[in-house]
Amino acid sequence: MPAINETLGQYSELFMLLAAGTYTVAFIAFAWDLAKSSKTFQAVDLKAAASSASEKVTVAAGRVGAALGGADAGGPAGRAERPTSSLTVEGGTAAGDMKYAAERRVPARIAVALTVLGVLIHAAGVLTRALGAGRVPWGNMYEFLTTGAFVAVAVFLVTLIRRDLRFLGTFVLGLAIIMLVAASVSFWTPVGHLVPALQSYWLIIHVSIAVLSSALFTLTFAMSVLQLLQSYRQKNLGAGRKDNLAFMRVVPNALSLENLSYRINAIAFIGWTFTLMFGAIWAEKAWGRFWGWDPKEVWTFVIWVVYAGYLHARATRGWTGTRAAWLSIVGYACVIINFTLVNTVFQGLHSYSGL
Amino acid sequence: MSESVKAKKKSPSAESATAEGTTGEGKLQQAKSEAALPALGFKGMLRWAWTQLTSMRTALFLLLMLAVGAVPGSLFPQRPANPAVVTQYIKDNPSYGQFLDALQLYDVYSSAWFSAIYILLFISLIGCVTPRAIAHYKAMKSQPPRTPKRLSRLPEYGTLALPADAGIPASKAINDAAGLLRKRGYRVEVRNADGDLPSLGAERGFLKEVGNLVFHTSLIGVLVSVAVGGLFGYSGQRILVEGDTFVNTLVGYDQFTPGTNFQSSSLQPYSMQLDKFDAKFDRESPGKAGQPIDYTAEVTTKETPDSPAKKETLKVNDPVSLGGTSLYLTGNGYAPMVTVRDGEGNVSFQGPVIAKVQGDNYYSSVVIKVPDAKPEQLGFVGFFLPTALVTSDGISFSGAPELVNPQLSLNSFYGDLGLDKGVPQNVFELDVEKLKPLNNRNLAAGGITLTPGATVNLPEGKGSITFDGVKKYIGVDIHHNPGQLYALIFGLLAVAGLMTSLYVNRRRVWVRTGTHTDGRTMVEYGLLARGEDHRLAGEAAALRELFAREWNLPETPQAPSTTAVSSSTSKDQ
Repeated sequence: MPAINETLGQYSELFMLLAAGTYTVAFIAFAWDLAKSSKTFQAVDLKAAASSASEKVTVAAGRVGAALGGADAGGPAGRAERPTSSLTVEGGTAAGDMKYAAERRVPARIAVALTVLGVLIHAAGVLTRALGAGRVPWGNMYEFLTTGAFVAVAVFLVTLIRRDLRFLGTFVLGLAIIMLVAASVSFWTPVGHLVPALQSYWLIIHVSIAVLSSALFTLTFAMSVLQLLQSYRQKNLGAGRKDNLAFMRVVPNALSLENLSYRINAIAFIGWTFTLMFGAIWAEKAWGRFWGWDPKEVWTFVIWVVYAGYLHARATRGWTGTRAAWLSIVGYACVIINFTLVNTVFQGLHSYSGL
Repeated sequence: MSESVKAKKKSPSAESATAEGTTGEGKLQQAKSEAALPALGFKGMLRWAWTQLTSMRTALFLLLMLAVGAVPGSLFPQRPANPAVVTQYIKDNPSYGQFLDALQLYDVYSSAWFSAIYILLFISLIGCVTPRAIAHYKAMKSQPPRTPKRLSRLPEYGTLALPADAGIPASKAINDAAGLLRKRGYRVEVRNADGDLPSLGAERGFLKEVGNLVFHTSLIGVLVSVAVGGLFGYSGQRILVEGDTFVNTLVGYDQFTPGTNFQSSSLQPYSMQLDKFDAKFDRESPGKAGQPIDYTAEVTTKETPDSPAKKETLKVNDPVSLGGTSLYLTGNGYAPMVTVRDGEGNVSFQGPVIAKVQGDNYYSSVVIKVPDAKPEQLGFVGFFLPTALVTSDGISFSGAPELVNPQLSLNSFYGDLGLDKGVPQNVFELDVEKLKPLNNRNLAAGGITLTPGATVNLPEGKGSITFDGVKKYIGVDIHHNPGQLYALIFGLLAVAGLMTSLYVNRRRVWVRTGTHTDGRTMVEYGLLARGEDHRLAGEAAALRELFAREWNLPETPQAPSTTAVSSSTSKDQ
């Protein structure tokens, strides 16, 4: 068992605070982008509307999808009723393919740059924690939170390489900041060794996959919330009412959000299936039975079933769209309960002494 | 699950909803009263019930019910996990404790309602999987569906024109396309190859549905494996003090939970002796001092009474396997060695006493029953502290988990312990109600406080007690679960099936060729996906590139489809 290095542990805490600070500035920049870009988009849309009145050309520079709201929102035909897609939204949403567009969004670029800086500092924090303890940095609540926040932001940045999901920035960073603050304030634990029950290579496998899946669920949760908002807004716009959620202009239409969150949820569901299975294998090694309805096992199972329901809902008449989004949100609520209440309030084998 | 069922029946709720919307409440009521219920008959009712049960909607509902139904098991204490806690809970909450019991909320996972949910779900699942398996088997044996008249209506569509001087007639073009598609893993059928408008139908991705079926079937397999474990498995506990030997026979267990079909003859009489137990505690990290960092038990095992002895190490997360069972290190504590002499001066008790851990730093409770003491039976209740310290208020506590200053603090009693009646008693509890106190802090004699080696004489010449020393004990769980391996195999199969069903795409391609009046050979193709397939557009582009290369056409990238990110799905169902 390698010796504990307290100095590294103290550096780690400093890095965590610095990361949280950087994220806060990035969060503000993302919020600024939401406000500013919506305005820019509105101007572009107005111009497009003006030109379309005279020339019937509805293609705005760099934003093909938005002006062609109808074509954009046309999803899988013959599947189920889709209130969100049946409406032709005029100048309502960002491009549905979530590819980077031509226009420069300076605040968003600043925000992403700051997030990259933050995640590097955060990585240093996680790494020094691991080196200080001489083991993987996920052995208690403090470490789950700090490492989990790091993975969530890192996954977000990795998806940004392929898709323009910068509209999720406030959501993801807001959550990361909450996690880091909660870790430092409520769950602070000094660097230390693991109790015998956690000394297993399954800790590395089981928990890392759980954290990764949770990070993906975080992304889809944010997207599902936005999907509901956008769906409400699109209905409003379709009915000719005033746009009271103007910042949602930067966000793609509800159907595109639903489709992408489905794809991410599918990956996360496989991850969660592995979490469950590896957890069962570890439980067999540690406690002699692979399943015993311990509170943690119960909630891991509940999460699995809810997301299984979500995947099935996509193939069920009347359950796509808004209802599926609600299932995704309920699933994430269960993830949160599983992490917070189950670890602290419920009496079970996963209750951590000293957290 | 069952898409065919879904397509056939129209949702009654949706219908009524639209009726309400268009005709208004009054008319709906009227229509309802006028509508005569169709006579279904008994068979019809059964068929109706079956259709309902196997519909996707019901399956989804049952699935969500399963999630909701599982939750109470984490809110209330559960009997299988800890029956004593449940009894205490009912005692502590007299107003609703019994009521919850009547709802089986302390046995959620074996309750009638939870069983009903999962049994219905699995019946629904079987009802879905079986017809789908048959349908898929037929689909795999049949040829791709006929070429649609208008390929341009498919979600992905494209055309190519081969110049007249290229010398590729329509029939050769279709055969070239067939070859390319076959290489790409498609199953291809060429139609009307020598006619005016030769065409081909191609399909791939049959594994998607296979994966889907394997996933759902494996879940049934997991359930059956769990049931097998419950029928033929067994588990038990045994506390072993250093030097003790556990022999795998029914009497060797402190507690034994047999499966429904367990037979005692299936116990192989192996043995395991605890030679030494070591616990290491953290003395390094601040704020975590005294936290355990290692438990190691040195044991000697024998597969059968006659086999050679073998030295093994038993650790947490590292069980020992013996005779088809696994032995787990699940607990440990201190066992003070005690000698009790009775009023006649004879040794009436000698040996280790299991001190049950109650609080921090092995603050443990001790109960000693001495039924052999004469003239009066003796009983002791108290605490063992490995590192005894006293607070400023005079309260004893254990300051460290190690044996720095071991101390036994006991009250003593005499009288009838009630053991002679043959009624089983909890060894960790002493019912002092009918006993007369000898030692406690309220009596003149005071309580007994012992350090190793010390002896205290009991008042009234009832005898004496000596604290000889301290040994360590471990708690061992013994498990045998014959369903376990199968559960793992089915679990792995389920994951493999799940990944296949989510990431293999089932696609159909049709190609039609013909000769233009100006001599060019015209090629059109269309693609259709069955199920979610966000990469259909990519496949169309890939096919186009393949065709262009085959026929030496200049690369003319077609305008990308507008539905780049939205999934394309089948329209043919």
